[in-house]
Formats: sequence, structure tokens, C-alpha cells
Amino acid sequence: MTSLTEQMGLSTWLGQKRVKLGLIIMAVILALIYPYVSSLYFLSLAIEVFIFAIFAMSLDLLLGYTGLASFGHAAFLGLGGYILGYISSRSDLALNLTSNILITLPLVIIGTALIAFIIGFFALRTSGIYFLMVTLAFAQMLFSIAIRWSGITGGSDGLAGVARPVIGLGSFSYEFSSRPSFYYLVLFFFLLSWWLLRRIVNSPFGWTLRGIRENEQRMKALGYNTFRFKMAAFVIAGTFAGLSGMLLVQFFRHAAPGNLYWTMSGQVIVMLIVGGTGTLIGPILGAMVIRLFPLFVSSYTERWELLLGLLFILFVLFAPKGIMGFLGVKPSTLLTQEKRPSG
Amino acid sequence: MSLLTVTNLTKHFGGLAALASVSMTVEVGERRAIIGPNGAGKSTFFNLIAGELLPTSGQVQLEGQDITKLPVNERANLGLGHTFQRNNLFLGLTTFENVYLAVQHHQGITKNIFKPAGQFSQVTAQTTEILQRVGLLEQQHEVVSTLAYGQQRALEVALALATEPKVLLLDEPTAGMSPAETTEMAQLIENLPHSLTMMIVEHDMDVVFSLANKITVLHYGQKISNGTPAQVRADPIVQEIYLGAGYNENVSK
Repeated sequence: MTSLTEQMGLSTWLGQKRVKLGLIIMAVILALIYPYVSSLYFLSLAIEVFIFAIFAMSLDLLLGYTGLASFGHAAFLGLGGYILGYISSRSDLALNLTSNILITLPLVIIGTALIAFIIGFFALRTSGIYFLMVTLAFAQMLFSIAIRWSGITGGSDGLAGVARPVIGLGSFSYEFSSRPSFYYLVLFFFLLSWWLLRRIVNSPFGWTLRGIRENEQRMKALGYNTFRFKMAAFVIAGTFAGLSGMLLVQFFRHAAPGNLYWTMSGQVIVMLIVGGTGTLIGPILGAMVIRLFPLFVSSYTERWELLLGLLFILFVLFAPKGIMGFLGVKPSTLLTQEKRPSG
Repeated sequence: MSLLTVTNLTKHFGGLAALASVSMTVEVGERRAIIGPNGAGKSTFFNLIAGELLPTSGQVQLEGQDITKLPVNERANLGLGHTFQRNNLFLGLTTFENVYLAVQHHQGITKNIFKPAGQFSQVTAQTTEILQRVGLLEQQHEVVSTLAYGQQRALEVALALATEPKVLLLDEPTAGMSPAETTEMAQLIENLPHSLTMMIVEHDMDVVFSLANKITVLHYGQKISNGTPAQVRADPIVQEIYLGAGYNENVSK
């Protein structure tokens, strides 16, 4: 199937720098004017897609670039959400301190980074299927804590009444109270995350991660302390997932234990597989497909989850590299062919 | 002080003594070959020095520093570069990217998390230079899994070279190669600067005698001979149990 797109010249066309840049600019412009043409319902869907795109991109840093198959990534989505909820929920259980993102965001980042460091410290001593199981176990542990420690987390009800995000500095203050304003906040964080992660994966650090994915033993033989790099990747991925969890809770105004549950970890893996790992655009497309799929199918059948499973199987069988692989888009190389030195 | 000192190095696999109390020193600029029949413990010996295996007892020193228990990556950072007997490359990446990974670590830029890798001109320049030296510049954009076996073998050496080691450990660089490819590889190794200290495990006797200026012979995990190629060739024990009757006349004709 890849050969089909190659025959059509699509992959070469998509591979050109100008074409890529053009598509990205078009997509950004579309995203910017979207609130003016969309209904509130579709605006909400777009917000959800962008939040999950951040979540999926963060896992791609681990799964796609470093080759670490984490099955517990929901731990950080949920954790980011609970930290935010605990700070800015109006529930009696929570602190109800502030919803100023200039304060909540750093706290979410520090909190998720810290927990990612602790989980990574243990989980990264294993690899392969063991790593998968250990990350799953940690995430389920956090889920249990969220359910049991109801004096802090609200148990299975979670923390409701989360205040709308505000940005305030000195006398300036702006509340993201309308749906479109929150959309722009999420869009901003989405574009920022994409840009930051793009810089990261193309840096020497990012290439180190690819090296670990390809052959960790050889990286050690070259002198790399691979554990440190894996840890750094794990913490970075955790914080971006924490950011997406924060936005998710701000959007639904409710920190719920479901965000920590293993099905959430499974869902984000499906997004990566459908979109294509090892390219940051792939997870974005995957998040789009998986979040929008129920919408289109559920009007025909209530058993849309069955169809989602079918879609997943079809991708694994016929397009194992996801939508990006299907389109013939190859992961970026360090040296572009045009730059080839003569001789 | 010797560059590399091995003292009473022993490795047991269960009840089997793969290596029994082998001692050896390698001086700066030496080209040391380790030879011996199959099962002689050459690979075990090699991997104990490289750090891929840990010894049962004994000591390995690099420039007087005890490195016996150091992990592989720390040995590499102290200047002990090694290749693998079976190609052990980054198969999904291009030739250029493979060498780049070695060079960027050596130049210490891997903590850089924000600047595109291609913009580190010193790293790309050295990568290009190494590719040129091993004759793989033409293939720099090719994904390594698509390279010919001999080219992958050359890349194996290139990766170790790129870390600019004090001692380069080569584990059967010509393993599985055709005669033509073997000659090319021998040439490649021969042309490396003579200041570079090398230790090479090799089966091909022509390669050994053309490259090495010191030879150590292992047999059933024990060192049975040690010296210059001429000394080793003249050693009656070596002739008897390793090279076989009549070899002496063969190589000296």
C-alpha cells in the first residue's frame, strides 16, 4: 500500500520541505479561524483532540523515539489533572487556592516530573514486556490511590467544580471563561508542545534516544550512559502528559479517576499505532481519528467500540506504520539529501 | 606503565573455565593479535576486557587504573573502544546517523536538547571524515540494514574509530567476509594511524601476520605463547597444537 502512494508520487510530494511547511501553515491558519466557523459542539471536540494530541505526542517520545513501550502513560495524564484539581477545585476537599495558570502550570510540571522520576527510577531498570508491566502497575497503583484516598481525591467521584483557568500577573487578569477563549489556550499549548517536542527529537539528545531505540547495547559500547537518557525522556514525556492532563481537567472542570485508568493508557497507544510512531504528526492524526471516530460511527450503531477494535486490527495488519506510514511519509533523517556534500 | 594490563584474568561459565588466569600487557602503539583455535577463550577474553562480560577473578587495568568492574560505557569513555564479532549497528538509521551517534557523544554535545543535530558543523564534519576514511561516504544516506555485509562490517569499525579510543579492540573484523572483502578490511586496518594501539581477535592467519607486531596464543583458556610474530611462528608448541604440522613451511615460503 505504501508502494501505491509512492507510485502516485504522494510520498515524494509530502516529503518536500516546501510542501510540509505549506501544509503546516495551512493547518495552523485553519485552527486559528476554526472557532469562527464551528459550532460550540465541534469546538469542544477540537479542544479534546488537541489535548489528546499533546498526550499522544508525549508518549511518542517514549514509544516512537526511545523504544520504551509504556503501558502506564495515563499515570501522568491523571496526575497532572489531580494536581491541578487539588489546587483549583472549589470542592471542600481541595485547596481551592488559585486557578492562575502561571502558578498551576509550574506546580503541575514539577509534580508530574517528580513522580515520573520516581516511577522511571524503578521501571527503567527493566525493558521490553517487563517495562510494560511495571509502568502499568505504577499507573494502576495511582488509580487505586485516587479511588481509596477519598479525603484528598474525592474517591470515585473525583474532584468536581474546578475553577476556570485564569492568567494573571500583577493587576492584569484574564479568565478563559468562554469556549473559544479556552480553545485558544489549548491551541497555544498544543502548538507550543509540538514545537518543543520537535526541537527535542531533532536535537543531539533526540538522536541519542533513537540510538537507544535501535540498539542500546551499542550505545553503551560507544560510551553513552543510556539510563540517564531514558530517564530524561521518561520525565519529559511525563511532564507533557501532565500538561495535557491539566488541560483536560480544566476543560471538563472535573478531575476524575478514569483519567488514570489503564484503558486510558491503552487508548493513547492505539492513537500512536493508528497515527504512526516516530513522527510527531502521526500521534496528532491518531488522536484525531480515535477521538472523532465514535462521533461518526455512533449515529449508526451503539457498538462503536467494536468497530474501533476492528479499525485497530486493520491498522496493525495492513498499515503497521499507521496513517503516516500509509501515506509513505518516512521519519526525518539527520542529514537532508539536498545538503549532501559534493564528492 | 603499560597501556593495558591484564592480570590473572579468569572466567568460569558454570563448571567450565573458559579462561584460566591469563595475564598480558599491551604497550602504546602495539598491534596485538589474540589467536587460538575455536573454543580457546578468545572471545571471552575480548569481552572481559571490553566489559561485555565480568570476570570471575583477576584484574584489568587501563593506564594503571583498575577497570575490572566498570560498566561498558565508562570503559568506552576512558578510551577503550570495541567492535563486535557480529554486526551490532543501528540498523534502522542511515550510515551517516550511525557514525554521527558515535561522534556526537565523543564531542560531548548530547546534553543539547534544543538545537537541530545537523547544525553542529564540527560533528557533521568529523562524521563525514570518518565515513571517507572507511570508504562509506557514498552510502551515507542509505539505511544501514540495506548495506552489503562487508560495508556493515566496515561501519562496525567506523563506529569504534569515531570514539577516538586509546585502545581499539577489534573482534574478528573479517568474520564472514569474502576473500576480496577481507583484503579490503585488512587494508583499512593497516592504514589506521600507527599511534593507535590495537588488540585484534582474528581467525584469518594472513590478516594476523600482516597486521600484528605482537601475538598472544590462547588454547583451552590458557595462554600458551606470547611474542613477536616470528617468535610465535617459531614456537614448537604453537606449531604443534594450533597451526598444525607443516604450517611453518607454508607461511614462510
